[in-house]
Amino acid sequence: MDLSLNEVQTMLADSVEKFISNDYDFEARQAYAASDPGFSADVWQTFAELGWTAVPFSEEDGGFDGGAMELTILMMEFGRGLVVEPYLANIVLAGGILRRTADASQKARWLQPIIAGELQATLAFVEPQARYDLNNVRTTARADGGDWILDGSKGVVLNGNTADLLIIPARTAGAQADTDGITLFAVAAGSEGLSRRSYPTVDGHRAAEIMLEDVRVPADAVLGQPGAGYAALRAAADDATLAVCAEAVGIMQVMTDKTVEYTKSRVQFGVPIASFQALQHRMVDMLTACEQSYSLLLWAAMASADDTEEAAQAISAIKYQIGMAGQKVGQEAVQLHGAMGVTWELDIAHYFKRLTAIGQMFGNADWHLDKLAG
Amino acid sequence: MNVTFTADELAFRDEVRTFFREELPEDMRQKQSQAVELSREDMIRFQKCLHAKGWSGVNWPVEYGGTGWSTIQKYIYATEMAAANLPEPIPFGIGMVGPIIYTFGSEEQKQRFLPDILESNVWWCQGYSEPGAGSDLASLKTRANLDGGHYVVNGSKTWTTLAQHADWIFCLVRTSSDVARRQEGISFLLIDMQTPGVTVKPIITIEGDHEVNEVHFENVRVPRENLVGEEGKGWTYGKVLLQHERTGTAGVARSKYRLKQLRRQAARSVRGGEPLAADRNFMRKIAATEVELKALEFTELRTLAAVSSGKAPGPESSILKFKGTELQQAVAALYLEAAGYYALPYVPDQYVLDFPEQDRVGEGAETKTSLRYFNFRKTSIYGGSNEIQKNIIAKHVLGL
Repeated sequence: MDLSLNEVQTMLADSVEKFISNDYDFEARQAYAASDPGFSADVWQTFAELGWTAVPFSEEDGGFDGGAMELTILMMEFGRGLVVEPYLANIVLAGGILRRTADASQKARWLQPIIAGELQATLAFVEPQARYDLNNVRTTARADGGDWILDGSKGVVLNGNTADLLIIPARTAGAQADTDGITLFAVAAGSEGLSRRSYPTVDGHRAAEIMLEDVRVPADAVLGQPGAGYAALRAAADDATLAVCAEAVGIMQVMTDKTVEYTKSRVQFGVPIASFQALQHRMVDMLTACEQSYSLLLWAAMASADDTEEAAQAISAIKYQIGMAGQKVGQEAVQLHGAMGVTWELDIAHYFKRLTAIGQMFGNADWHLDKLAG
Repeated sequence: MNVTFTADELAFRDEVRTFFREELPEDMRQKQSQAVELSREDMIRFQKCLHAKGWSGVNWPVEYGGTGWSTIQKYIYATEMAAANLPEPIPFGIGMVGPIIYTFGSEEQKQRFLPDILESNVWWCQGYSEPGAGSDLASLKTRANLDGGHYVVNGSKTWTTLAQHADWIFCLVRTSSDVARRQEGISFLLIDMQTPGVTVKPIITIEGDHEVNEVHFENVRVPRENLVGEEGKGWTYGKVLLQHERTGTAGVARSKYRLKQLRRQAARSVRGGEPLAADRNFMRKIAATEVELKALEFTELRTLAAVSSGKAPGPESSILKFKGTELQQAVAALYLEAAGYYALPYVPDQYVLDFPEQDRVGEGAETKTSLRYFNFRKTSIYGGSNEIQKNIIAKHVLGL
């Protein structure tokens, strides 16, 4: 048994860790989040130059041939740095669909520019009535001559404020909640009939509501086989679930470390508050939650990397764990920082908000526990 | 033993209910139901409406213009106010400094300050916490040195709620360091915010609001007659106040109202989807929270019953603050859960009166649920953190 990283993975971990600690401090992050379009174009270019935007793609596609473990390494560090650059939307979600479904000419047109850091893309996988069920799709597409015409709306589209390419799952056959009959379309944001309402999200990222009214797209906008889009949708969402869980583990570790440091320096009643046993035990619980979460994360990453039959179960297990432990660690970190913990000025508040947002995405704790209960 | 109201109490409840539903400004109710932030002027207008009805001094004795209500009446009033989804009156004047002044203040102070507090002519804020004195409040360092007819105040207060709106601040200040216990040598001082040397600096909270502030004092000259009671006895007065703050923060009625609304919301279908109420897991969580809340409601009633029969409240009263705030936070977490992905959008600017429905992100006020969830983390920190509450219970109730 060997649970250590291999040489390439170690190099990746070192390079991301170095970037976050040297070039991505909290003040810079806050400035990027406040700027338009909500992240730094320069940082995004750096990600591309360092090869991070190529990590999950095959060598044939111009990628790094990385798998779930490499994604996990990267995202944990992004969690530590509270990175706002849209890696999840571009690389994990849109890239995840394209690498699974696109033909050679579609890859040349969309995937290569994404890897090069030149195209902003996203996957519009949320519909308001569906909550967390990816198969619940009301947006429709109907064939018209050689074209397709899309109607409907998508909610909380991550990176939807700035994405030039939107991958839209639409129903081309079947009932609202069928897994069959969902087709994936690559739609240019500038298409006639497509409108968006952009907004910041509570975690410092950006998103948009997307409205589609008689949006006409050509036949070559279809990714994969018509009606067979669900498998790729599910697979990309699973990757993304693992990715945000890794991010959450990074965040939880930072919050725990920072809480321990803070309680050692905060003096009340003439002593550091870390000397109170009641608080020590709570910090031990935080540490335990982090360690247990990291263990499940490793299991999920390995199961996904090897695509074992446990993979789906492991993904649900880690997302459930993150939902429960993340809330606990986040709330405790804020509480032990006292009123400082609820100020905008302190990074703890922003780690807490991102952790909370992650809990709301790709199925909350209950949703995944239901999957596990069978 | 019974928990039913008398005929008089029921009549009182109906009067309160009718007044809240029919006689308050309509736009106030609209703003509340659309989750619109109330302005300083809105709050003052609201409190003046209550005053016009003779209901502003809820806890005050009749001789100072208060209602003179029984404990049960106060309970009914607070419950109905929450059930009507009205805002809570700002507590610093009527709830806090008023009682201190009529209990410990001089005759001149009573005449000078009490009427304006009762009528909401003057907005008060509370200067207790300092950067180095939070849970350990007695370590406060703001100095007030006597210089002729004035105290000269230097130091800083923090987490001062709505100080940006305030006309006056009541402060705990150190008037002597030459004391055996740190709780001695602290005095209770009333300071006009317009006095030269007072500056207010905003603190933006986690959800992006300007609710609290730092208040700095640099050689602020405060007339000696603004000292309440005796010099050096401020801690005793302040403690009375803190105790009051602790019993007032359970918020049972408000949590009840919010859970009722959440059940309503869960029963609705969103654009053809299945209503959340079909999710047994979620409904069981609502039910579990309701059970805890019912327990706390009866705990509060037990406290009220003791007080109204002239007895000192028992140990059950000390759990009200920390349990009540835990439940407020639990309810906020349920709302967050209900919102799903729509907890993510950060669009506080859409909560203005008559915002166009087609431009709204999310259904109703659901995008505000995360802001409330984040903001409500403060409830287990303010007014003596929940850790401090448990210390007090361990010491004074369990005798440890």
